[in-house]
Amino acid sequence: MTDHNHTGNAGIGEPLIVVEGLRKNFGKLEVLRGINETVRRGEVVAVIGPSGSGKSTFLRCLNMLEQPDAGRVIFQGVEITKPGVDVNLHRQRIGMVFQLFNIFPHLTVLQNIMIAPSLVRKLPKAEAERQAQALLERVGLQDKRDEHPSRLSGGQKQRLAIVRALAMEPDVMLFDEPTSALDPEMVREVLDVIKDLVRGGMTSVIVTHEMGFAREISSRVLFIDEGLIEESGAPQEVFGNPKSQRAREFLSKVLY
Amino acid sequence: MSVVIQNTGKVLQRYGYLFLDGVKYTLLLSVITVFFGSILGSLLCMARKARIMPLRWIATAYVELIRGTPVLLQLYFFYFLLPEVLPFLDDKFLCISIALVFNSAAYVSEIIRAGIQAVDRGQTEAARSLGMGGGQTMLRIILPQAVKNILPALCNEFVMVIKETSLASTFFIGDLMTQYRVISGALYLVIEPLLVAGAIYFILTFTLSKCIAALERRLKAGD
Repeated sequence: MTDHNHTGNAGIGEPLIVVEGLRKNFGKLEVLRGINETVRRGEVVAVIGPSGSGKSTFLRCLNMLEQPDAGRVIFQGVEITKPGVDVNLHRQRIGMVFQLFNIFPHLTVLQNIMIAPSLVRKLPKAEAERQAQALLERVGLQDKRDEHPSRLSGGQKQRLAIVRALAMEPDVMLFDEPTSALDPEMVREVLDVIKDLVRGGMTSVIVTHEMGFAREISSRVLFIDEGLIEESGAPQEVFGNPKSQRAREFLSKVLY
Repeated sequence: MSVVIQNTGKVLQRYGYLFLDGVKYTLLLSVITVFFGSILGSLLCMARKARIMPLRWIATAYVELIRGTPVLLQLYFFYFLLPEVLPFLDDKFLCISIALVFNSAAYVSEIIRAGIQAVDRGQTEAARSLGMGGGQTMLRIILPQAVKNILPALCNEFVMVIKETSLASTFFIGDLMTQYRVISGALYLVIEPLLVAGAIYFILTFTLSKCIAALERRLKAGD
């Protein structure tokens, strides 16, 4: 068996995130025009589509960084779009990795990882440090633990951002174009970390322009265009035999 | 020209102690203004971000009003108003201090607001995505970074205030410019004491500006 289907031995489980009729406008611009989608435990969902199609906005609605204008997001059975819901509680279970890393520049590498577990999960310092140390070793940054982030390369920053999110032990990871801001020679080191993660069974939603990567590691591909999910299916189907005209056009432009 | 130099020497010799006295009051007034102005300004800044709408409006209106009217007018206003409303405030130095504090607070609140706004939005998003609350994010992520923008600007405000305190001499409260008026009146000399006062102001603000530049370099190096 070659490198297909790495969702681990856990398989696909219960729904983690359910999205119903999600709409989002920026002023007059309709960015999301009614998205329905379910992400189940163990799934690795790659989200592809043209620039400005709403992929990132869709992802950012999943942890309420973007407030939807209509529709519901249900995370582990709780409707987090409802007013009055403590969204901080649910964000702890949803890790996010950003295109521009968003590392905290005033903290050391180790502190970047420790701050959320210490503040939010009230983990004792020694334990938070032990966990952070282990995470750094996992991505090969143990030598950098006391450095300031300005000394890190883009690839190192993104690996740090990934383990910073993992330190909260999330149930699902959201990746918002994690390699788009990287120099080409640093893309692989970041993709390798993500690949390891999803092989370990981490449920993930990945907005990406790395088509080869999406095809290799995802269990399902969503093609979003003009604020709607135009196509959803196994990577072999979407990449090999796209049904919609728009997906065919898009893929013919990006696949080389 | 040589007369001017001669007279300046005389002014310094006879009234040097008065100028020193003026420096003392000018600095005291400036320190009081910036210190309490910063505290009040921080509160104002918080009020402008508060969830309670009327609080926001009042704070915003206040800042706009202060920034949109002359300092001298504000000094007059507080100088005459405060003892009327609060009779125990009949000390003019205190009244002027309060006026300057109220003035400076508006500017400080703008400085803090700008300093916070200059921190990349991604920082807030990263912190919130980790489950940190709004307060935690502000305190642990945004403010430590904003301080680097705020501190130099606050020092610049200090330089501005040193110069503004000269307006307080209108009320004869003992600052450097007040001393100028005293000396100039006693000696019937206009230019010479002015040169001395000007030199002192310049030394104060120039030194401070250089210190700020050094501070900025250090803060940048820490990035």
